[in-house]
Amino acid sequence: MSAAEQTLAAADAVPLSLRGPAPKRVVAGYGFWLFLLSDIVIFAALFAAYAVLSGETAGGPTAAALFDKKHVLIETACLLASSVTCGFGSLAVQSGERTSTYFWMAITFILGVTFLSLEVSEFSHMLSIGAGPSRSAFLSAFFTLVGTHGLHVTIGLCWLIVMILQVATLGFQPMVSRRFFCFGLFWHALDIVWIGVFTIVYLGAHL
Amino acid sequence: MSTEFEAQGVAPGVNVRTHGTRTSYLIGLSYAVILTLASFWASSTDVIYPPGVPILLGVLAIAQMGIHLVFFLHISSAPDQTNNILALAFGIFVVGLLVFGSMIIMANLNHNMMPMDRLMQMQR
Repeated sequence: MSAAEQTLAAADAVPLSLRGPAPKRVVAGYGFWLFLLSDIVIFAALFAAYAVLSGETAGGPTAAALFDKKHVLIETACLLASSVTCGFGSLAVQSGERTSTYFWMAITFILGVTFLSLEVSEFSHMLSIGAGPSRSAFLSAFFTLVGTHGLHVTIGLCWLIVMILQVATLGFQPMVSRRFFCFGLFWHALDIVWIGVFTIVYLGAHL
Repeated sequence: MSTEFEAQGVAPGVNVRTHGTRTSYLIGLSYAVILTLASFWASSTDVIYPPGVPILLGVLAIAQMGIHLVFFLHISSAPDQTNNILALAFGIFVVGLLVFGSMIIMANLNHNMMPMDRLMQMQR
């Protein structure tokens, strides 16, 4: 039994009411979790709009005619794989391994960029065949919902660059590891939203 | 166990084991891959009774969200996670109200609306 594990065993014996204020890591995680939940409520509103408007095509292209399942499967694979590499990255941050941290962060970044470029190519194809957001209520709702998710992924990628720079300049300080923990939560939450997107928007289109 | 935590010491009540391991991420990944492929398969197969497919897709999606919460976001029943669980429960409640409330209200309004051709006649 290592020293830390002994501390843990002792910590389990202390009743919750006698443990004092929660450590910063737990508090920061809780605050960020609240933000993520409010973000998910925004997505819920967009999902509700899409669910109500998905049939209102105004004579334009329908969902079944526009969406390609293979394309979506590749996008899903990218996002899922990047979620796992992000998890490996946060394990590397915890154990303070610089090389593997950079490696997993870079893989996460590349997978995120691949996802975004696939989405941008899909959007530009739709715009080129005249299925832009102004064509029908269905397409407005689609571009708002999927575009908001894409915007979040873009912000996540910017954050990831900042985290790489912080590891490079500040090293593995507790605050850097806390920030990376929050980034991981953000990235995994985007993946959860994407499950809703591919189920309701893309798979629901072909039913 | 990371060296960083041992060097800095652990405050009472801190559980440093909430972060999962490489194995737990890989277990989560394999569940997620199976569920994703299952939902893509379910949406394009003729084996399943067609009106049941949306329900199956919903079940698979919710199951995968649960997998992500447990294996990637590390939501658990640990004592330091009680607040996270409560917030999650409230979040799910609000999401349910928003999505199903909007759908029910809009379907009801749609149902009660006068057909468009009658509306046009009245405006003349």
